[in-house]
Amino acid sequence: MTTENMDKQPSNTNNPSSSTDKQSSGMNKRSSAFEYAPAPESRAIVDIAPSYGLFVDGEFTEAADGKVFKTVSPSTEEVLSEVAQAGSEDVDRAVGAARKAFDKWSALPGSERAKYLFRIARIIQERSRELAVLETLDNGKPIRETRDADLPLVAAHFFYYAGWADKLDHAGFGAHPRPLGVAGQVIPWNFPLLMLAWKIAPALAAGNTVVLKPAETTPLSALFFADICRQAGLPRGVVNILPGYGDAGAAIVAHPDVDKVAFTGSTAVGKEIARTVAGTRKKLTLELGGKGANIVFDDAPIDQAVEGIVTGIFFNQGQVCCAGSRLLVQESIHDELLESLKRRLSTLRLGDPLDKNTDIGAINSPEQLARITALAERGEAEGAERWSPACELPSAGYWFAPTLFTNVTQAHTIARDEIFGPVLSVLTFRTPEEAVAKANNTPYGLSAGIWTEKGSRILAVAGKLRAGVIWSNTFNKFDPTSPFGGYKESGFGREGGRHGLEAYLDV
Amino acid sequence: MSDKPKNTEKAEPRRLSVFKTYKLYVGGKFPRSESGRVYEVTDPKGNWLANAPLSSRKDARDAVVAARKAFGAWSGATAYNRGQVLYRVAEMLEGRKEQFVHEVADAEGLSKPKATAQVDAAIDRWVWYAGWTDKIAQVVGGGNPVAGPFFNLSSPEPTGVVAVLAPQESSFLGLVSVIAPVIATGNTAVVIASERSPLPALSLGEVLATSDVPGGVVNVLSGRTAEIAAPLAAHQDVNAIDLAGADDVLAKELEIAAADNLKRVLRPQPVDNADGVDWFATPGIERMTAFLETKTVWHPTGSLGASGSSY
Amino acid sequence: MPIHAPASHALTDVTASDSTLRRFLHGLPGVDAVGLEARAASLGTRSIKTTAKAYAIDLAISMVDLTTLEGADTPGKVRALGAKAVRPDPTDRTTPSTAAVCVYPDMVAVAKEAVAGSDVKVASVATAFPAGRAALGVKLADVRDAVAAGADEVDMVIDRGAFLAGDYMKVYDEIVAVKEACGTSSRLKVIFETGELSTYDNIRRASWLGMLAGADFIKTSTGKVAVNATPANTLLMLEAVRDFRAQTGVQVGVKPAGGIRTSKDAVKFLVLVNETVGEDWLDNHWFRFGASSLLNDLLMQRQKLATGRYSGPDYVTVD
Repeated sequence: MTTENMDKQPSNTNNPSSSTDKQSSGMNKRSSAFEYAPAPESRAIVDIAPSYGLFVDGEFTEAADGKVFKTVSPSTEEVLSEVAQAGSEDVDRAVGAARKAFDKWSALPGSERAKYLFRIARIIQERSRELAVLETLDNGKPIRETRDADLPLVAAHFFYYAGWADKLDHAGFGAHPRPLGVAGQVIPWNFPLLMLAWKIAPALAAGNTVVLKPAETTPLSALFFADICRQAGLPRGVVNILPGYGDAGAAIVAHPDVDKVAFTGSTAVGKEIARTVAGTRKKLTLELGGKGANIVFDDAPIDQAVEGIVTGIFFNQGQVCCAGSRLLVQESIHDELLESLKRRLSTLRLGDPLDKNTDIGAINSPEQLARITALAERGEAEGAERWSPACELPSAGYWFAPTLFTNVTQAHTIARDEIFGPVLSVLTFRTPEEAVAKANNTPYGLSAGIWTEKGSRILAVAGKLRAGVIWSNTFNKFDPTSPFGGYKESGFGREGGRHGLEAYLDV
Repeated sequence: MSDKPKNTEKAEPRRLSVFKTYKLYVGGKFPRSESGRVYEVTDPKGNWLANAPLSSRKDARDAVVAARKAFGAWSGATAYNRGQVLYRVAEMLEGRKEQFVHEVADAEGLSKPKATAQVDAAIDRWVWYAGWTDKIAQVVGGGNPVAGPFFNLSSPEPTGVVAVLAPQESSFLGLVSVIAPVIATGNTAVVIASERSPLPALSLGEVLATSDVPGGVVNVLSGRTAEIAAPLAAHQDVNAIDLAGADDVLAKELEIAAADNLKRVLRPQPVDNADGVDWFATPGIERMTAFLETKTVWHPTGSLGASGSSY
Repeated sequence: MPIHAPASHALTDVTASDSTLRRFLHGLPGVDAVGLEARAASLGTRSIKTTAKAYAIDLAISMVDLTTLEGADTPGKVRALGAKAVRPDPTDRTTPSTAAVCVYPDMVAVAKEAVAGSDVKVASVATAFPAGRAALGVKLADVRDAVAAGADEVDMVIDRGAFLAGDYMKVYDEIVAVKEACGTSSRLKVIFETGELSTYDNIRRASWLGMLAGADFIKTSTGKVAVNATPANTLLMLEAVRDFRAQTGVQVGVKPAGGIRTSKDAVKFLVLVNETVGEDWLDNHWFRFGASSLLNDLLMQRQKLATGRYSGPDYVTVD
């Protein structure tokens, strides 16, 4: 997929270059193609320590039982650092610190809390290139994405919720809404710092204190964030970061002194959490899996639709809960659209995530790679037609080529299960009713896309879709002012916007 | 102003200080008044502080032209971007706090702690409004459940160029409290500084010029409030007027003039106590909504197909 | 009286009548402006370094239509331009020549002489450039003058008034007539003045209209209005030539003109070409830059790559 391997697509260009009369080889014809030289972002900007502790009560400390785990770079399998692994004793201590900090923090005037959050937003902006490189190293996603999407959104999120801290009376939840207390937050590995921002910014703005567990494969940016809290002068205990595994997450969720649980991750774990908090007074929000339908009508702006499909499923290697993993294309334009899509996929550049020209990075972990591989094999076994552009995968690290499946029906596993990888299932429909019926035919309900130039069709279809976020003539757009969250088994509660405050207020 | 007349009287200065020439702030530049005139600015005890430009109606006209020219880009900037810019003003002010404490203390005859409280509150006010830029639409706008197959959404939009008569008594906190809400929502402003104490306002222009606020978004004029306000109130290319700094008689006169092109008028705020308006109080959203239009968009939704079927 | 298309491609039916042409153009897929601009901007973030940059700079130099279109043009000015086109950097003979010089019709003969013996072509703007507001006869005479004087290429402007009024057949017939006047020896570039067409839907329609009428090149702008070549309108035109070839087998060139002043800009356009239509267009037979000041910036960047020092305007020639 790098240019040297660019797949010359068999398209319907009957006789490409040689058919035209005026094509006399051109003047000054150059033989070599336009190959982009490596353009790696410098790693020197980020200084990763050989080991990191837990961040509890304003200090970095070892785990009570002294356990540590290694975090590796998925694109090279290089060990980046050794990180303390939180256990239940550490959870206890962190919740205690958060509880202790809560009284003062929640009693601060909103305008003072706001200024802490503004400081954090600004420091993130200042250190954003460093954090982007760090995130790319720890997660495997391309620097282009961390630099242009993750980090700007992270800063914007803190900026936005900073502004709410002294305006809670205006948020529509009645006069003087109160915070809940200690928020226990468990986040995934696909957007480590962004998910942290989605959790911590509204929690702090509303006056809560937090205990947050980053995912075991991507703990580093959360620990750098702990350092940013120190630079911002945030009072001790307001933010506590506990790297660790599922057991630590479960301990946070189950801790009796936690007042609010927020989780982003798989639907299976989400259900488990819902069972755990049953019968308690804990407030719960869940942001879980999805199987988003991207619906393309025959009157779509076709070139932009192709871009939207690519963004929808290959952004972050498809490891996105709201990915447009099911392409529903109107039968009348199926062939033409697929041809454009394949041509476009052939220009995607897979490789070193730190290279500024890389479009597709590494899969986050061997476990995730195994899951994607197994589901793709299942797709083939069930009779769907598999296609990938010519694409050389690096020998080290965890990689999966962009893949699309045609001849997929609702009955195929790859049309029903969340793959969480760069795999697109293509289905067809004949009428808007059929498109909506198929789009809704899933236990999930997180996102959907609609591509048509006809405004009333957008609104009619959007009105019928059972999904929390509908993008029309665009896809995978995020903004701190815009609520995000799912219907059905994609979870409940909304993050972002005015609605995102509700989850952290006693309303 | 710190080491102007007072200091020279007391101790022998080690060196002669450099006086600042106060100038207007119009279209991102610092012109002198077109009139070529200045007037004496004194502290409450009558001690001379500086000369300030005495703006003419032509200065007012130029300021409106600058504000109109800036309106397109400023109102078209994202709310997020405007928030960043307003927050930057707070950052810049924090760094020049001492200067403003001195200027406010001199202008209003306040002790240093009292002047400091005024400046602190003014800085925080920029932060308050920085946070409003991307929230006001969520508070005053929204979808409307009309009884029919229509999508219906109301959103606030800035009204345009706003003439602002800054409060006469509160030369800085009051000033910031009336400018920030006007520009937070995307309007541009022509501000008439407090007539008796214009110096903090003129210095604020220097801060705005270095805070990523595009030229022309805020224009600051000093001089006789009534003289400058009259042509602004009658100006056909001014969309609204904030009468905060007008007394009852002037306010009525200007409101009548403003009726000519139906300017949106924000009347002077009722006084809170014997000292006048309490500018320390946390503001509501009135100062923003006064200069917002509401735009409502209808669009058919209809049913999915010719059959009219619906789920 | 309509002039019938000489085109022998698969879409001849389309131009059979005013209504078929209109239906076809209005039936082209719409363009979502936000999406188009986002794609152009995203390709603009490609990082082209070292060997890739050297390649791109030489390629860009070889694609420049070095242009002077001033009322004050003189034979002396045009001769100087011709010399510069042939040998852009007198201190470095490895520097490629530009693709062409672009002048007004009355300067074609001078320009031909100035580039004689080199590969540099002479392009001439014609058809009452830049407004295009003249009778067809006058426009055709303008073209014939240029061709008679030896112009290898003719850059015509379309009648934007007719286009915006929906009189597509008039625009089409005019292009066909100009193409005929170009004969077989001169290639025809059709300028849409995209800044005046205003919408991306219009630019896509104009692109197809021009190609149906036999354009060898489609070109964004005259360089004489406020909005000239942009990454977005050029991307859109690249999509059009790509799709046109897919449907008809005929390859058409693209020329962004006006407003491209820096090497960085030029490289961004080459990335657009590379990732939209690919290698087949990465050649000055199929892609051009209409520019004047761009060349010197490319030369300074070239010197920087060669020597490692930043160059300055004193080290490139001012012609």
